Amino acid sequence: MLKQVETSRAVAETVALCRPEVVCAYPITPQTHIVEGLAEIVKAGKLKNCEFINVESEFAALSVAVGASAAGARAYTATASQGLLFMAEVVYNASGLGLPIVMTIGNRAIGAPINIWNDHSDSMSMRDSGWIQLHAETAQEAADLHILAFRIAEQTSSPVMVCVDGFVLTHSYEPVDIPTQTDVDAFLPPFEPQQMLDPSEPITIGAMVGPEAFMEVRYLQHDKLIRALEVIADLSGSFEEQFGRECGSLVRQYHASGAETVIVTLGSVSGTVKDVIDELRDKGASIGLLNICCYRPFPFSAVQRVLSSARRVLVLEKSLAPAIGGPVSSDVRLALAGARTPISTVVAGLGGRPITKASLRDLLAREEVEELTFLDLDRQAIEAHLKRQNHRPCTSFVSAAVREEMNPCPHSL
Amino acid sequence: MPAQFVKFYQTGTFTAGNRLLTIEDRSVQSNPTRSNALTSGHRACRGCGEALGARYALDAAMKAAGGKLIVSNATGCLEVFSTPFPETSWRIAWMHSLFGNSAAIATGIAAAYKAKGRPDIRVVAQGGDGGTTDIGLGCLSGMFERNDDVLYICYDNEAYMNTGVQRSSATPPAARTATTPAIGEHPGHEFGHGKSVPLIAMAHRIPYVATASVAELRDLEFKVEKAIAIHGARYIHIHVPCPLGWGSEPADTIRVARLAVETGLFPLFEAEFGTVTERMRIRRATPVAEYLKLQRRFAHLFAANADPGSIAAIQKIADRNIQDFGLSA
Repeated sequence: MLKQVETSRAVAETVALCRPEVVCAYPITPQTHIVEGLAEIVKAGKLKNCEFINVESEFAALSVAVGASAAGARAYTATASQGLLFMAEVVYNASGLGLPIVMTIGNRAIGAPINIWNDHSDSMSMRDSGWIQLHAETAQEAADLHILAFRIAEQTSSPVMVCVDGFVLTHSYEPVDIPTQTDVDAFLPPFEPQQMLDPSEPITIGAMVGPEAFMEVRYLQHDKLIRALEVIADLSGSFEEQFGRECGSLVRQYHASGAETVIVTLGSVSGTVKDVIDELRDKGASIGLLNICCYRPFPFSAVQRVLSSARRVLVLEKSLAPAIGGPVSSDVRLALAGARTPISTVVAGLGGRPITKASLRDLLAREEVEELTFLDLDRQAIEAHLKRQNHRPCTSFVSAAVREEMNPCPHSL
Repeated sequence: MPAQFVKFYQTGTFTAGNRLLTIEDRSVQSNPTRSNALTSGHRACRGCGEALGARYALDAAMKAAGGKLIVSNATGCLEVFSTPFPETSWRIAWMHSLFGNSAAIATGIAAAYKAKGRPDIRVVAQGGDGGTTDIGLGCLSGMFERNDDVLYICYDNEAYMNTGVQRSSATPPAARTATTPAIGEHPGHEFGHGKSVPLIAMAHRIPYVATASVAELRDLEFKVEKAIAIHGARYIHIHVPCPLGWGSEPADTIRVARLAVETGLFPLFEAEFGTVTERMRIRRATPVAEYLKLQRRFAHLFAANADPGSIAAIQKIADRNIQDFGLSA
């Protein structure tokens, strides 16, 4: 039944329907409303057999989840930004141990300078941690992905991050169809761990692995994540069958087939991009969208298939790798290796700067988009600042300047 | 104090498992059906106090928990020497995650079994002094203040031994470590630095806090068994000499540990809800020099050009412990 609700509340209610046994909470904007919602649900006795633990840090939050998961419990936590960085050591530990924890990321910028608004710098910092990373496009999907995430996590023995754009999604009120307990139970069976801490069958977890076996352990993690692509695609299909709506899947496209220009996005900005595409297509432009839901493992084949016929590709990046460009573009370039398609990195929306339809229209109206460009950058402010620092004013803020500084190019280093 | 200390004058020993003792006075360790939680074949150094302490502590915990025990272990010597993949010396359900989160892992394990309606499963977290008093203190304090159903055991060998003997916040003053070298005007570790985690634990008003020593193994077992019988957050801080880091003879581990107790430098006590309830009294305190001179980490205190004030200052610490904890017989 559709209900007008804050996305964070919808996520909390959906997570509760997944019957987590241990939920660890530590406040950080913009995910806080999710754990607040779960606190209320547990305290009201609406979620049985669940321990809600108020921990003292994000490092502890994920550590408690690791302990709980190793002991065979379905474990959940949520974080964002600085919190994710503070738990970084445990993030790698959870995936190394193959523990199927689900964690919501209320995507937010990383300081300094401190900033509480949305971009993807936080989850991008953990892109190589061995977690599965799914990006929600809408409020509905932010909720639904959690059901799917638990199923994927437990089937693949991999932890899953559900990335939900901070404020844009976490704090927006939208009509969301929160499924029934019966439907969720039918899709998500009780957690049956492959191995767990049990005194009746004692095992050692977390032994020290030396050079003679470490490579093999890491390779198996790599292999597991590659094989997870198929599981994610299959389970997304099962979800659609069960709940009657699309959720997850590796990538989704919107008029991308045969389009000359394809914009690549992650997360909620896809909605704005689709609106612009509708407008411009009405005027005859050949533009489409590729929305990557499953960012890790990166679906190279699916991305390649959608982009193979494009004349140019614009990757809208909500994170910046300083002096490099953007992480998504690097992956897209790898997916299109060998093709001559021009690929541009468009860094946009850092620290919550709105990505407006007007700016996207301007971008798409350009005949040529540089290899690296920054949407809506206040160039006057930057020029003034550089001048004060007695820097030689750059003739360009974009790839030419970057390339000038990066000779030889980083890939040859 | 819990256990009657028995010295066998025939042999001059305190052998806790001696068959001249009544069955109930014998140690868990002397029982051939003990769990052997940390079994033989591990890579600890000769005379390792931590291996000894862990074996006694966990066998006692296994007995008290009726075998229904899960252990979380911080990174450190105990973890490294016991689990070189593909081997393990642990015959119990055991997990290592990271250096600083042993207490939080244990909280998660306890929560999982609580959610599953299994309060009979008991949980122990353990770590060395670095993993407890320094990097793990945040998670430990969180576990204490929530009164999570976890017994935390710290094996205190007074420095980061696994990484090569660097100073921790449990390192005693004047001790030479790799990061507090015995050179300069004030050789070794600073006076006035460091902290007492047993007192910090007591400040959380948790149900049970105790200190123990590998010199008094039956007492150590008693305290572990007592702690396992209590629910809520519990803390036991065990003094475990490290021959490698302290520069003491491997054969002297028990002797050194006993001198730490008998000088007053390591007081043995129990506390409930923040109040000291029991202490092991010292009939005639041994001068601290007797303890210090067995350890090369304090050798500079006995050099010809040593400042005599240093040993006097350490004696003051022992004297103050005796006064503060009421250790005088």
